[in-house]
Amino acid sequence: MTEKNKDKTFRIHLMVCAGTACVSNGSFEIKEALEKEIKKYDLKEEVLVVTTGCNGFCERGPLLVVQPGNIFYQQLKLKDIPHLVEEHFLKGRPVEKLMYSPPEEKTPIPILSDIDFFKKQVLIALQNRGLIDPEKIDEYIARDGYRALAKALTEMTPEEIIKEIKESGLRGRGGGGFPTGLKWEFVRNATSPNGGEKYIICNGDEGDPGAFMDRSILEADPHCVIEGMLIGAKAVGASQGFLYVRDEYPLAISRLNIALEQAREYGLLGKDIFGSGFDFDIKVTRGAGAFVCGEETALLASVEGKLGEPRPRPPYPAESGLWGKPTCINNVETWANICRIINRGGKWFSSIGTETSKGTKVFSLVGKINNTGLVEVPMGITLREIIEDIGGGIPGGKEFKAVQTGGPSGGCIPKEKIDLPIDYESLSEVGSIMGSGGMVVMDEDTCMVDVAKFFLTFTQDESCGKCTPCREGTKAMQQILTRITEGKGKEEDLSLLEDLAKSIKDSALCGLGQTAPNPVLTTIRYFRDEYEAHIQEKKCPAHVCRELNTYTIDEDICLNKGHGCDLCRKNCSADAILGEKKQAHKIIQDKCIKCGVCYDVCNFGAVKVD
Amino acid sequence: MPKLTLDDLAKIREKTKRTTEIREGGDYRAKITVHMGTCGIAAGARKIMNAFMQIMEDKEISDVLLTNSGCAGLCSKEPMATIEVSGQAPVKYIDLTEEKTKQIFEKHVLGGDIVKDYALGIGSEKTDY
Repeated sequence: MTEKNKDKTFRIHLMVCAGTACVSNGSFEIKEALEKEIKKYDLKEEVLVVTTGCNGFCERGPLLVVQPGNIFYQQLKLKDIPHLVEEHFLKGRPVEKLMYSPPEEKTPIPILSDIDFFKKQVLIALQNRGLIDPEKIDEYIARDGYRALAKALTEMTPEEIIKEIKESGLRGRGGGGFPTGLKWEFVRNATSPNGGEKYIICNGDEGDPGAFMDRSILEADPHCVIEGMLIGAKAVGASQGFLYVRDEYPLAISRLNIALEQAREYGLLGKDIFGSGFDFDIKVTRGAGAFVCGEETALLASVEGKLGEPRPRPPYPAESGLWGKPTCINNVETWANICRIINRGGKWFSSIGTETSKGTKVFSLVGKINNTGLVEVPMGITLREIIEDIGGGIPGGKEFKAVQTGGPSGGCIPKEKIDLPIDYESLSEVGSIMGSGGMVVMDEDTCMVDVAKFFLTFTQDESCGKCTPCREGTKAMQQILTRITEGKGKEEDLSLLEDLAKSIKDSALCGLGQTAPNPVLTTIRYFRDEYEAHIQEKKCPAHVCRELNTYTIDEDICLNKGHGCDLCRKNCSADAILGEKKQAHKIIQDKCIKCGVCYDVCNFGAVKVD
Repeated sequence: MPKLTLDDLAKIREKTKRTTEIREGGDYRAKITVHMGTCGIAAGARKIMNAFMQIMEDKEISDVLLTNSGCAGLCSKEPMATIEVSGQAPVKYIDLTEEKTKQIFEKHVLGGDIVKDYALGIGSEKTDY
C-alpha cells in the first residue's frame, strides 16, 4: 500500500518471510540484521523492512523478497546481510549469487497469497482467522495477543489512547461511520450523574440478511474483541462492559464465554489488571433476535431488561446511555481493530484506505457469486475488484446486475457503478450505505422490484411499532410493492412510493425507519424501467414475479424434440396441461397457477415463459 | 492462577509459539487445523474432525497436532483444513469428505506429499502489512 502512504514513501520494500519454517530458519535474526545495516547506512527513510506470511518456498528459506522488482533472495545467512545491504540497497547492484529464480513450474499447487480470492485482501480485524484455536487464550497470546493491552495499561494515558485512535481515522464499522476516537473522547469527557460509572458496550446484534462478519470474528478470535473493549474502557474510564450478542449465534456465545473465563483466570479481566490499578469486567448479554435491537438506544433498553424499543436522540449514549450513565457503544468489528492500532500506531492504520475512510472493511460476500465468503479489503477498493477478482464473478456465466450493500438500510448499486471505490462517502453518494458489511450480489435473473419488496417486508416485520411513520409507512410501501409485483400496480404508484419514502426518512424515530426506504429508492433510481414494465406492461422482465408470467408450450419442440414426453403434465398440480405421450402438449391458461414447475421439469426447452 | 504480569505474558507467548509451531525436533511432526466456524460446521467440519481423530486413534499416532480454528474465509469451499508438515509450507484443502481426509492423512501428513487434487493453495495469507 506504499502508493497510498501519503506521509512517507519508501524507495524499497523488503519483505522478510515470517512463515513458521522461515522463522525456524532464523528469518527474525535476518530481519534484525537488515534493520541494523539499514540504520548504519542511514537508509531508514528509504528502505522499509516488513514481515510477511508464508509464501510457500520454505525449502529455500529464510527468504527475502525485494520490491519493486520482485527480486527473490534465498537461503540467507547472517554473514550475507552487510554485503547485501551495501551492494543492493546502497549502491543499487542486486547480488546475483544470493538470488533465486523460481522455475517455470513453480510448485504443484498455487501459492495461497497469489490466489485471487486472497490476493487483494488485507487482514487487520481478521488477522488471526484460521490460525488460532479460539478456545485457547495461549494461542491468542502467542500471536501478540494482549500486548496492546499491556501497552495501553502500563505505558499510555487515556488521552494518549484516544489520540492514537483519532489519528488512525477509524470510523464505526457497524454502519454509521462515526469517528471512533471522537466518540471515546465524548464519553471520556462526559460526567456521570452522582459520580457514578461509565459503561462499554460491544454491539454484536448482527441482523442484516446475509451478513455474518461479527459472528465470524467472535467465533474465530473472541479475545481480540475483549482486548479492544479493555483498551476502550481504560480510555473512557469505564469499569464494566457488556457484550450484546444475538442468541442465534450459539457458537459465538459459547466461545466468548470460554474466552472471558480464561481472561479472568489470567487476571486480564477483574481487579488491578497487570498491576496497573485498572479494573474491568465484561458480561455477555444475549439478544432475543429483534432486528431493532441493533439500533443503539433500543440495544441499551434491551440490556437494561426493558422492551427493545428505541428512543429519540439526543441525548446520545455517550452522554446518557445505560442506566443514564455515559456509555461507549461500538460494533464488534470496530473493537477488533483497536489492538492492532495500539500495537502499530494510528499513523500506520491511516496509511491504508481513502482520504475519508481509513483501514479495512470486512464484508460477507453472498448471493450470486462464485466465492461466497468473508473478505477483508482496504477501503477504496472497487466493487469490481471485490466481485470479479475476489468473488470470482457470477456463476453460470450470467450477467452481473446489481449489488446490495448495507442490508435493509442500504441500497442496490447497479452494474454501471461497478468501478465505484468503496468508502463511506462514495456509497452514500449512490444512495446506499457502508452498513455493517453485508454484500448481496445479484445477477440478471433477479427482479429488482421483488428485491425491494423483500427488504421492505423484512423491515416491516422488524419494525417495533413505536413510531407511526415506520409502523404504518413501511406497511403502506410494502402493500404498494406487493400490488406492483402482482400486476395490479397503478400509474401513480411510483410517485406515491417516493413521497412515502421521503416522509418516512424525515420522520421515523430511529435508524431502522429512517433508512428502511433506501432499497426502494435506489431500485427506483436505477431500475425505473423494471418498475414501469411491471406497472404498465404487467410484465416482470426477470420472470420472478409469478403472477405476471405466462407459460406456453412450443408444440413443435414438444413433439419433435421431446416426443411428447408427458413429464410436464404429470408434474402439473393444477391439471392445467392437456396432452398425451407422443403428442404435443398445451397449457390451459385459465387453469394455470403459474407455479413454473412445467418450465423447470421440461428437458427440451419446450415450455416458454413470457 | 495468580494475576498475569507482563513477564508472564511474554513467557506464555514464547512457550505457546514453541508448542504450536511445527518445526524440526519439536513435539509434533505435523499440525492439522480443521476450520470450524458455524459455516464450516454446517458444511460438515465435525465429520472431518472426527475422521482425523479416528485415523489417528487407529494408527496410534500421537505426534500429530490436531486442532480447530475459525472460518478461513472461503465459506463456499468448506469443509476446509490446513495441513502443516514440519519444515514445509502449510497447505489448505477444500471441499473435504471423509474419504479425502484418509488420503490426505496417508499421503501428506504421513508421507509429506501434497494431495494436489484436493488442495487449494500452499502458504499462508498475508497477515502483516
